[in-house]
Amino acid sequence: MTPSRTLRLDRLLDLLMPVLATVVALLIGAVMLVLMDADPIRAYQALYEGAFGTKNAVADTLIKATPLLLVGIGICISFRGGVINIGGEGQMIVGGLAATALALSMPDARAEVLIPACLVASFAAGAVWGGIAGVLKAYFNVNEILSTVMLNQVATYWMIYLMNNTLIDPDQLTAASRIPETDRLPRQSDLPRIGGWLDSIYDWLGLGGADAARWTPTLLHIGTIIAVVFAVLVYVFLWRTTLGYRIRAVGKNPRASRYAGIRVKRYTVLSLLLSGGFAGLAGGIQVLGVRHRMSAEGGAIAFTGNAGFNGIVAALFGKLHPLGTIPASVLFGALLVGGNKLQRTVQVPSALITVLISLVIVFVVSSDLWSRQRARRRVAVAAAEPAASPGGSAAIEMDQAK
Amino acid sequence: MIDQLLDSSVLIGIAASGIRLATPYLYAAIGETFGQRSGVLNLGVEGIMLMGAFSGFWAVYHTGSLLAGVLIALLAGLLMGLGTAFINVTLKAEQGISGIGIYLFGLGLSDLLFQQSFDSVVTVNGFPRIHVPVLSRIPVLGEIFFQHNLLVYIAFGLVPVAWFVLNRTTLGLKIRAVGQNPQAADAMGISVARVRYFTVILGAMLAAIAGASLSIALLNVFQQNMTAGQGFIAVALVYFGSWRPFGVMAGALLFSTVNALQLWVRTKGIDIPAEYASMAPYLLTILALVLASQRVDQPAALTKPFERGE
Repeated sequence: MTPSRTLRLDRLLDLLMPVLATVVALLIGAVMLVLMDADPIRAYQALYEGAFGTKNAVADTLIKATPLLLVGIGICISFRGGVINIGGEGQMIVGGLAATALALSMPDARAEVLIPACLVASFAAGAVWGGIAGVLKAYFNVNEILSTVMLNQVATYWMIYLMNNTLIDPDQLTAASRIPETDRLPRQSDLPRIGGWLDSIYDWLGLGGADAARWTPTLLHIGTIIAVVFAVLVYVFLWRTTLGYRIRAVGKNPRASRYAGIRVKRYTVLSLLLSGGFAGLAGGIQVLGVRHRMSAEGGAIAFTGNAGFNGIVAALFGKLHPLGTIPASVLFGALLVGGNKLQRTVQVPSALITVLISLVIVFVVSSDLWSRQRARRRVAVAAAEPAASPGGSAAIEMDQAK
Repeated sequence: MIDQLLDSSVLIGIAASGIRLATPYLYAAIGETFGQRSGVLNLGVEGIMLMGAFSGFWAVYHTGSLLAGVLIALLAGLLMGLGTAFINVTLKAEQGISGIGIYLFGLGLSDLLFQQSFDSVVTVNGFPRIHVPVLSRIPVLGEIFFQHNLLVYIAFGLVPVAWFVLNRTTLGLKIRAVGQNPQAADAMGISVARVRYFTVILGAMLAAIAGASLSIALLNVFQQNMTAGQGFIAVALVYFGSWRPFGVMAGALLFSTVNALQLWVRTKGIDIPAEYASMAPYLLTILALVLASQRVDQPAALTKPFERGE
């Protein structure tokens, strides 16, 4: 085999690694299902059906994938910038709260004003929450993993407080049940549904027969498109702008960056600021596109759906590349949506899905070792074969090996 | 509220429950200290605590034996520790992320096993309070210090032991060398991997006892996610205590006392909203981390996997 072919094969293996990790996780899941007296084949069939079986299922998968993608692209920025943001949960919550508070305070605003304002507010709130951890890291030397974990808890209690007091639906105050949730947000704040547009595209392509299931009744909203657009923009930002280049430089080698005149501390803050902002936006989109109100019923997890953590996995899965994060988010969205169906079909606790996802996380981070080892081999191959790979890419390879 | 707080019986009660509540933090944070001193950040403590809490509870429920509960919890900790060490040491995973994976694994699996093995909420007879002869009858001090269950005493006994092991034994020297300069330690013939496996597994076993101290001593029930963030706080306490057992103990006590105070405020239902009171420990952690970070004695190789010949 020629060296360049080995190179390509190695790249392919790199991309397949996460998929392999998922397969192994699912196999372990199958063993657990057997131990719980459930038929794994029927269970995984249900999982697939639940995630992709109908247009409605696909829509649900995409809706679930949306916050994962937004959190995930934020994670791409922070990890590339050398900071580990575990605070997606808290950042989503404050983002959701900001959007909720703004929408409730402007009941008469027009949709064209209200929706962008709410989304900007949610981004800003998440950015502040992430920025706190950034400032703490850059100027007070506080480990960001710990501070973001703590800020998650603070945001959770803050949300519970606001739901029970300041923002509670006035009707709930007098109701006997007294559910800690806000009033429904004004209708103009609802993110437009995109099922109708999809159907017209299908019709135009001649795919949308009268009997075929239609997209229109699905709950698919424009937030999904917003997330994909931002994923592309973040890619451009990280690889095609000076600011993005500097963030990556700081992440790769802070000392060298400092010598090169980059103000490392500012870029650390910026990484967490942006990362938090996208998580905040994920929270805002959850409120405007799915829930249409904020609720503390079922705890914070009922609102975030653990997307703050799962978004990290999606990003890792996508090799910390915003575009790779798109399919990775869909995969995890599918696992979550299909998992619900699996759980209902074979009657196993939903905690099984948490276990499966945790196994995927563990396998993905663990398989990094082989990726790194192969990257190092690639350097050797590239160095031995200057003709096949121009000097520029060899330097990049070298960079990756570190 | 202030004059209520200054009532001596209230103060004694808060101090005593502060000591009791410090127990899980102590086990988990002392265990984590060993891991971090050798250069491994195990962020999965929370998940391991949950596994320890469940398995200890399960064993006590089925056998009625507290010893069995502790042993089974230790076993669960050993297995979780083995897995954690394999992922972080052998496979050299990014420790911040693998920790979240281990946390979610423990969170999910403990819940899953609980739902599979119990139909309804049950309680067990956990560790009884021991009134230490003579000492427990000292006014004020007796009530604060000498009327706790066995696991509380062991937790506090662990602190000087950990200090001694880390600072006065060859093993401790090896652990510190591996955490400070693994290349040099390796050159001296110390197996970096073996030392890290040891500390991570030890840490996980202590974390499992931390969980069990909740389920079979402090609360005597198991609930999904019953640790509620205590494992993460324990990790932060290690930073706060500057990787020193007595510093960690001071942090744990500060924390649990704030917690006890917070619980008292909640029962009184006065002035401060309960949610803000619950927030206090976390805000305090952040503040504590700011203060602790001024000192720079973090193990140099913390979170860095060891590669020979770098």
